[in-house]
Amino acid sequence: MTAMLLAMASPVTDIGQRIPQYADYVRILPVLVLSIFGMLIMVLDPLIDEQIHSKVLGLIAFFGALASLAAVFYQSQYPGLAFWNMVRVDMFSTFFQVVILAIAVLTILTSFEYMDTQRIRAGEYYALILLGTAGMCLMSSAVELVLIFIALEISSIATYILAGFLRRDPRSSEASLKYFLLGSFATAFFLYGVALMFGATGSTSITEIATALSGSYVPSLAYIAVALMFVGLGFKLAAAPFHVWTPDVYEGAPAPVTGFMSTAPKAATFAVLLRVIFEAHVPGYFWLIWVAAVLSMTLGNLGALTQTSIKRMLAYSSIAHAGYMLVAFASAPAGGISAVMFYAASYAAMNVGAFAIISHLGGFGERFVSIEDYAGLARRAPFMAAMLTVFLLSLIGIPATGGFFAKFYVFSAALQANLVGLTILGVINSAIGAYYYLRVIVVMYMQEAKGDIPVTPLPIGVRAVLLITMLTTLYLGLVPGNVLTYTQSSAQNLVAPKSPGNGTIKVEIDFHLSQAKPKVELTAPASR
Amino acid sequence: MVPLSYYLVLSAFLFACGVAGFLLKRNIITIFMSIELMLNGVNLSFVAFAAQWGNLSGQIFVFFVMVVAAAEAAVGLAIIIAVYRTRDTLNVDRVNLLKL
Repeated sequence: MTAMLLAMASPVTDIGQRIPQYADYVRILPVLVLSIFGMLIMVLDPLIDEQIHSKVLGLIAFFGALASLAAVFYQSQYPGLAFWNMVRVDMFSTFFQVVILAIAVLTILTSFEYMDTQRIRAGEYYALILLGTAGMCLMSSAVELVLIFIALEISSIATYILAGFLRRDPRSSEASLKYFLLGSFATAFFLYGVALMFGATGSTSITEIATALSGSYVPSLAYIAVALMFVGLGFKLAAAPFHVWTPDVYEGAPAPVTGFMSTAPKAATFAVLLRVIFEAHVPGYFWLIWVAAVLSMTLGNLGALTQTSIKRMLAYSSIAHAGYMLVAFASAPAGGISAVMFYAASYAAMNVGAFAIISHLGGFGERFVSIEDYAGLARRAPFMAAMLTVFLLSLIGIPATGGFFAKFYVFSAALQANLVGLTILGVINSAIGAYYYLRVIVVMYMQEAKGDIPVTPLPIGVRAVLLITMLTTLYLGLVPGNVLTYTQSSAQNLVAPKSPGNGTIKVEIDFHLSQAKPKVELTAPASR
Repeated sequence: MVPLSYYLVLSAFLFACGVAGFLLKRNIITIFMSIELMLNGVNLSFVAFAAQWGNLSGQIFVFFVMVVAAAEAAVGLAIIIAVYRTRDTLNVDRVNLLKL
């Protein structure tokens, strides 16, 4: 489908009659694989016997996501532009695609059990996860605002539905409604920003926008456009002051979906924001980002202090983490970009892990999601309590976990850019944040269980997810060097000036790329 | 020939009407229509700018916006039906199970 859309859009850039080449398709291969598997699941959905239905479709989805992950590694050997300068495969897009696909694989693994406990039909669920992921992968490699908009919508529409997937549960459909209404509202703002950017520069291609804005005269329309686009993207990031939907939606959505949508669309949106800000060199973003970062950190952390539901608490914490990542945006390009990328990967690992535990413990209809229900968990299920502790410590930013280095790089990038005030606010906020994460750990280890809350043994899928995310969290915390080297060179690559493409495929080979091991996330420790 | 600024002012006005409708109306369907109004306001800008720059990509963009709006409408109405079935109301103020 995506290929078709791209082919339809092709006359826009007017490059004559060139037909898409093999390399064009390779550069959207992960997206193609995801779309094919997603559609395959929808076709097979009514054909498969009811008893094995959920298992078979789940496995197809799992292998589809893995195949797409393999496609990313294959594709990374062919960096460059594709489809008339619509898509750019580079180290940056590879990194984000690996993160997003790893999240999708882990979410699917978590969902195996969840589908059975909640007794929902699995077909559309897995199809939507794959198709939404396709949109997110496209977001991280798109370099044309038309395509960015479409990819953003593919991912958003899929997540609107996923949020309301427990459709008989009024909380879930309410979450879906709120997410849908506010999401489309924000999309309209993003779109208006794109329209004004088109008006200011006469182009929708990021490279051409960069050229148009590089002169000494910057039309004032461009400033308004940047502000409007930031409103739309800020919503998807759950950055304050566009965060009001977050707690409600994260609380009402099914737990594996919450884990998915608090990480994958966020990473993809950060990729878009990084491209728009640092590749298109748009003007006047600094104070927007600064204010959003401070508000997100503060409102997120203060909001989380009083929550009683663990899903709601992690929703506020996700607002705060979006704030920390925005701090890196405000600082110098290269260091900031690499810090955001590292943060996105480590946040994904710890949050997906935490939500895997939450969705396992929730039980039928997600009854046990308040923090009190975790009392005495250390005695009832020591393994799960230990895992959750690792993830929460990582969310605080304790050394030896991925969260520590993520925060460290963000704040050191900010300090290098002389943003002392912003750094101080960020550090104070991390200290506030420690309180509510530690509260959960205290409840798990120090309090006696109230009532009789069943703990079922961990199924193999969730066990695998926990091991992978835990190892990734520790890997990023103990040996961050490999990943950091990769993010730094892709950041350099992103900010380097680019010659506008003219339709011929430029092989802008970064000579690292063919040798570098882009095994940054999740897959590396998995093989140990 | 009508100057560009007329189109832009009209487009901004439509967009503002949409925003006002979104914030002030209480019926979910009306809110949804306000969003469509915002999108159409944006479409007008795209077409006006495309004519100004002599660049067709603005007009092509409008088609994509229409497609996306249609997809959003399909999903949105389905979600609204799901909400109506569980809550028996279309008033946003009464869809308040999750505290805001």
